[in-house]
Amino acid sequence: MELLGHLADGFATSLSPLNLFIVLIGVTAGLFIGAMPGLGSVNGVAIVLPITFIVPPSSAIILLAAIYYGAMYGGAVSSILLGIPGASTAVATTFDGRPMAQQGKAGLALIAAACASFVGGTISVILFTLFAAPLADVALAFGPAEEFALVLLAFTTFVGLGGDDVLKTIIMICLGLALSTVGLDLISGQPRLIFFDQPGFYSGISFLVLAIGIYGIGEILYTIETQKTAPQVTPAKLTFTDLWYGIKEINKLWKTMSFGSIMGFFVGMLPAAGATPAALMAYGIAKLTSKKSDQFGKGAIEGVAAPETANNAASTGSLLPMLTLGIPGSPTTALLLGGMVMWGLVPGPMLFIEQPDFVWGLISSLYTANLAAVLVNLALIPLFVWALRMPFTVLCSIVFILCIVGGFAPSQKMHDVWLIVGFGVFGYILRKADYPMAPLVLALVLGPLMEKSFRQTLISEQGNVMAFVERPLSGAFIAISVVFFLLPMLKHFKRWFGRGTAATN
Amino acid sequence: MLTADRIIAASLMALSAYFMWHATALPIGWNGMTGGPGGGAFPFWLSAIMFVMAGAIILRSFGQARRDTGEPFFDQDTLRSVVLVVIALVVTVALMPWAGAYIALPLFLFWYLKVFGNHGWTLTMILTIATPTFLFFFFEVTLKILLPKGFTEPYFIPLYARFF
Repeated sequence: MELLGHLADGFATSLSPLNLFIVLIGVTAGLFIGAMPGLGSVNGVAIVLPITFIVPPSSAIILLAAIYYGAMYGGAVSSILLGIPGASTAVATTFDGRPMAQQGKAGLALIAAACASFVGGTISVILFTLFAAPLADVALAFGPAEEFALVLLAFTTFVGLGGDDVLKTIIMICLGLALSTVGLDLISGQPRLIFFDQPGFYSGISFLVLAIGIYGIGEILYTIETQKTAPQVTPAKLTFTDLWYGIKEINKLWKTMSFGSIMGFFVGMLPAAGATPAALMAYGIAKLTSKKSDQFGKGAIEGVAAPETANNAASTGSLLPMLTLGIPGSPTTALLLGGMVMWGLVPGPMLFIEQPDFVWGLISSLYTANLAAVLVNLALIPLFVWALRMPFTVLCSIVFILCIVGGFAPSQKMHDVWLIVGFGVFGYILRKADYPMAPLVLALVLGPLMEKSFRQTLISEQGNVMAFVERPLSGAFIAISVVFFLLPMLKHFKRWFGRGTAATN
Repeated sequence: MLTADRIIAASLMALSAYFMWHATALPIGWNGMTGGPGGGAFPFWLSAIMFVMAGAIILRSFGQARRDTGEPFFDQDTLRSVVLVVIALVVTVALMPWAGAYIALPLFLFWYLKVFGNHGWTLTMILTIATPTFLFFFFEVTLKILLPKGFTEPYFIPLYARFF
């Protein structure tokens, strides 16, 4: 019952006119950003973060969460109308959304995607509400040793489950952590890694600079290179009969959608997994369990609903560890975490005790954002069709301007703008060479916490390294980390032995 | 592809070596007195891991040589566009402190839309004029964040007097 009381208090915050207005703006902006091919939630949040100073911190985070939600809905739009995923999270939506559009059922596919997103969002927000406070309670017992072990665990999930090249993943994690140490030493206060004696490095490298560089400039450069010809927009007409028919069709898919939502939520919590694999898994499982599995890939409405519920649920799931433990579950939530730290709100269990208004205001605004997103999405479908016809160069030029000005605004130093351009080119080249970007951004955000907790533990334990393993919780986290870390090696051995017996290739 | 992979890994090795060299300015070893690593230890040893991993990528690439598809790393047609855009960005950022954001950014937009994007005059001029106007009202008037003006600073004094 305490939970409902908190939630009611939260709604008092989130239903204030300012916050409702912010949710509407955020959701609409997010929908458009998500619908643009190449731009997803992480790009939207990275580009918009610097200009959120206009509203108070608690509203700023609501704005960003609304953009995050809107972008998850919007991703489906270009998957269906263009056949190009609006963001990587909507890849699975193209499998059946595109065939549906080609059969003239684009409107139905868009309705299905929006409704499924709503179901996924709602179920996962309810799960979020149930799990948030208990998890924060558990996390209250965490000391620096547990914090360190948890961050380590977050990084090893990238190695074990990320699916990218292990060596490249480790390089990106180390690079992010090394970049996070630029500036002043946390304990002694001495300057370190001041490259070329530039005074700009004394204040460290802001996660914002890296994020705008990689997800703003780098992303657009990447898209310029990969998109040679303008894609064809499929027209979508939408009538109330369609809407009614779509909702009736979606109603038959409760089993698929509930499963997608619950699985998406838990997959989303894992740092390395997130919305893309959750959507692909949901699609795969829906196909396996469906009675009409032969229809999949040819325009099955179920094939649109399953990934869309899962990717929305996963985006809520990834907010859970960020808010309760201070460990983000995805690059987007890493940026949200960085933003909160910038505004003086430190995510983690203490936030639930010290700033309950803020926490429950944010949680309840997820409900309003979800409802706003589905309504705005359905209402603006004709506008999306028009916006997707916008020439790509117009979009690019505006994103570049926003990156430059947005990068300058928070610190008002040209040093940061230069770094953004540098990181943009650097990120573009590394991404082309299949280096994963998410661990890099996460490492830069979590680096200070990791180093601080590591050194604090050692100072309080008089240099006893075994302290990390002796404490039960941190010991358990470290044990799981070791398993994740060894996972790719085990796979490698298996393949190696397999090759030994088969003696082919 | 393989060559590019090796060059990138080698550059990362160089970068980590540079980081390590910088980190040695602070103690990188274990400090018995305070019971923990020194201030340079974190960056030093992380860069060291990076160095080893990048080295491993290069070593591994020799084992993969026969699987190389010979596919070029950069698409020759589109690489030109990317390079042009990067040059334009660098020129714009370099112009900002000297000529101000309100000259550098419209120039960039004009180049991008008219020259690079081949758009019509109407669209180009609307965006080239509307974007800086929006930036001025959003950042300077609403948020009180002053963008760099360079030598154009005196021309803004009447505007400041009007809006502040």
